[in-house]
Amino acid sequence: MKTGFYPGCSMKGSAREYSESLLAVARQLGRELPEVPDWNCCGATAAHNLDRDLALALPARILAAAERQGMEEVLVPCAACYSRLSVTRHELLEDEERRRRISGLIEADYRGSARVMNIVEWLEAVPDLEARVRAPFARKVACYYGCLLVRPAGIVKFDRPEDPQLLDRVMRKLGAEPVDWAFKTECCGAGFSVSRTDLVAELSGRILEDAVSRGAEAVIVACPMCHLNLDMRRPNIEKRAGKKFTIPVIYVTQAVGLAMGLTPKALGLQRHKVPVKFARSAAAPEAK
Amino acid sequence: MSSDKHAHPAREDLAARVLDQTGVDVARCYQCGKCSAGCPLAAEMDFPPSQVMHLLQLAGMGPEYADMALRSHTVWLCLTCEICFCRCPMELDIPAVMDALRHESLRRKMVNPRARSILAFHRAFLDSVRTTGRLFEMGQVVDYKLRSGHFLQDLLQAPWMFLVGKLHLLPERVRDRRALKRIFAGARKAGEARP
Repeated sequence: MKTGFYPGCSMKGSAREYSESLLAVARQLGRELPEVPDWNCCGATAAHNLDRDLALALPARILAAAERQGMEEVLVPCAACYSRLSVTRHELLEDEERRRRISGLIEADYRGSARVMNIVEWLEAVPDLEARVRAPFARKVACYYGCLLVRPAGIVKFDRPEDPQLLDRVMRKLGAEPVDWAFKTECCGAGFSVSRTDLVAELSGRILEDAVSRGAEAVIVACPMCHLNLDMRRPNIEKRAGKKFTIPVIYVTQAVGLAMGLTPKALGLQRHKVPVKFARSAAAPEAK
Repeated sequence: MSSDKHAHPAREDLAARVLDQTGVDVARCYQCGKCSAGCPLAAEMDFPPSQVMHLLQLAGMGPEYADMALRSHTVWLCLTCEICFCRCPMELDIPAVMDALRHESLRRKMVNPRARSILAFHRAFLDSVRTTGRLFEMGQVVDYKLRSGHFLQDLLQAPWMFLVGKLHLLPERVRDRRALKRIFAGARKAGEARP
């Protein structure tokens, strides 16, 4: 099975530690993750809010490029990109006239042969993840799926849309104890991080509040937007809530890497706004 | 007379357009309100999602209803978190309706003034993608500041991002940028050609 990798724009910039930790874990697992050649931005919220055809054409160009390389599946770790690519594949396979029209726009015959895969699916499929754990991630964690990993359920067909379990299952394999909480799939404010920071601070604050009240020691995420809002927007959250939140926000790939004994630095943990104070001890003894 | 009212062009226009673009027949909504109850931003909206659906149902009674929907702050506040669609007992794709209303609101130049910064952000985002093929975060933020007038916002965030290696001063570019430009031009042309 040839698996391609679509990083998307965030993972090259504000979420580079997500990419660093994924590639470090993949190396450790002996998996190759070639990038989709000459990939472009998926268009994100901006494209589907403003222009219907553009919102389909940008992801279609990416998927068509993956198909040309013979990639049967494409790993899309950013939940927002994952959503756009999944929705596009669904809409184009459902409507032949639309598929032809968008193929015309991207000057390539999009067939829909490459499946779109998210990070939790990819990690879930590692057969011997438990056996690779060197330093159990023995912490209480709040697994935060956000919106787009699990919805719309009819299109992504992944886990339960409101009380999903698969990320919890991955974390349990690492030795973590996932808490039962109410904000697993509540929205963090996503693409409003810059344009309506006030709303992001409010929504993200509620998420942190619940995670902390359930005794979680870390929030585990699988989306650069969720991370940006819960970590980098922490000062805004604290100002709005009028209180401090010290709970760190960790990409699932960083948690896997720590459990495998990779160093915090190799996983980009130093790039977070909110320090992950227990990272060293969690990754002992390999972490120097 | 009542049949005349129901045949009002505003209704033909908007509910039919929504149906045509999204496959959602707004008449099927029976106003249970689950979408509004679950919507994370309902409290910020001028009309919660169920009321927008109601406005679309009423559009045949007079043009003011369609106008209220198209001029609403709601359509721009919708985050597309998909929770409304997930809980709708009629399985109506409300986020797709919001997309269609946004497009129509733009087309008829009826964007709510309170949505200015949201729209400025989206436009700056797409400008960046049109030029380089990928999102150039720093370029986009500068473009956003110019469009929105929020010059001082996040000024202190930039040096920190640069220090931890999250901010690039030069954009990553797609090799075949001409192909991207043709996609943008083609999509725009298709949009303009639509009745």
